[in-house]
Amino acid sequence: MSHLDIELQQLKAETIKMWTLVNLQLSKAKEALLKLDKDLAREVILGERRVNAWELKIDRDCENIFALFNPVAVDLRFVLAVLKINNNLERTGDIAESIAKFVINVDTDFDKKLLEITRAVEMYDGALFMMEEVLEAFDKLDTALARKAFQQDEILDDINVKVNTVIADYIKNHPENIEPPLYLISVIRKLERVGDQAKNMAEEIIFYIEAKVLKHRSKAEKKKE
Amino acid sequence: MYKIESKNVDFFYGASQALKNINLAIKPNTVTALIGPSGCGKSTYLRLFNRMNDLIDNTKIGGQVLIDGDDIYAKGVNVDSLRKEVGMVFQKPNPFPKTIFENVAYGLRVNGITDKKFIEERVEETIKQVVLWDEVKDKLKKSAFELSGGQQQRLCIARALAIQPSIVLMDEPTSALDPISTSKVEELIYELKAKYTIVIVTHNMQQAGRVSDTTAFFYMGELVEYDNTKTIFTNPKVERTQNYITGRFG
Repeated sequence: MSHLDIELQQLKAETIKMWTLVNLQLSKAKEALLKLDKDLAREVILGERRVNAWELKIDRDCENIFALFNPVAVDLRFVLAVLKINNNLERTGDIAESIAKFVINVDTDFDKKLLEITRAVEMYDGALFMMEEVLEAFDKLDTALARKAFQQDEILDDINVKVNTVIADYIKNHPENIEPPLYLISVIRKLERVGDQAKNMAEEIIFYIEAKVLKHRSKAEKKKE
Repeated sequence: MYKIESKNVDFFYGASQALKNINLAIKPNTVTALIGPSGCGKSTYLRLFNRMNDLIDNTKIGGQVLIDGDDIYAKGVNVDSLRKEVGMVFQKPNPFPKTIFENVAYGLRVNGITDKKFIEERVEETIKQVVLWDEVKDKLKKSAFELSGGQQQRLCIARALAIQPSIVLMDEPTSALDPISTSKVEELIYELKAKYTIVIVTHNMQQAGRVSDTTAFFYMGELVEYDNTKTIFTNPKVERTQNYITGRFG
């Protein structure tokens, strides 16, 4: 195995570690949200520092590979994809942290029925599933699996669109309890962003393996590719 | 209209076939890089364009090599005129044991030009063209061997350009040069493209990427892939090309 191959393998292993950490952060934030567990939420906030440290390490490793090995073709696409995936993962980590902050700020008498009627839990599970699937696609170089993220993202988008009416109705019926649904809508928006990040990462994996650029393409166009 | 075209070109050193059915067309005012491992046939291919291989015994060519649409291997072609049209620069700087001035003037003199003023003007113009003038203008009467390797190579490029060819062939022109001289020669190649069609053999992948518009990858006498340099270095179509440029060959 060449020196560059070893470096690229290490970069992949690091990216998978960071990805696993970010998925864990998201899962913990979900558990904290469902149980309103403020201690667990604090753990997520602390964990964000590790995510940031990984981001800096992977950025630096990509820079070194560019400078020292001048990668081309598939190697170049791999390092470019990792550089962008790294950025997507860091942002996803930020989202887990901000959900954890929501858990810390929210009153303990938070009406849990809200989670059900807004389909927040379903959305959360969908976002986590996407993150896991796209990670597997990255690990196994499976572009068919990466493509599944595009359909999954549509489900998240759908929940996100419908939540406005649900929240408006809830507020009309519970005018004394306006803050929690407003907080929750921001969580839903964040989960929608997780879906977008996962979709972006799926696009990077397809770019790396198939050299196709799917960014900013319509859903119909993506299906054709 | 293509500047250079090769159609079904085969080439043999004795019984050994060095090039197999090469079809390739080069547009005017472009830089084409020929890459591939040692012995793949790229230098042999380059030397077809000014019939340098004619100097080697027991060689045979099949197919056609066209320059400006004319078959340069057709009967009656004047090889001297062809070589005026197609200049060449080699791997090691090879100035003649003459003064800096005479090195550049040499091609003009052997082509029968005697007008002193014309020669002086052309020499100055050409040395300026290779961005060497400021470095040598005060020592034109000194031996070319006093120059550094990088300066000698630019002088050799000037010598090739003085007779105003339309094609310049370069066989690993920077492999003996340091990074600064290499970068000067590369800059020069980029600028010369406006006036000349350039074909360069290089072992330096990054150099091919930096200077060329199109790249041809040769392997064991065959043309494996020929495409825009950007495509070759970002998304080559043939796996063998990818293995070569990423260093995973063999």
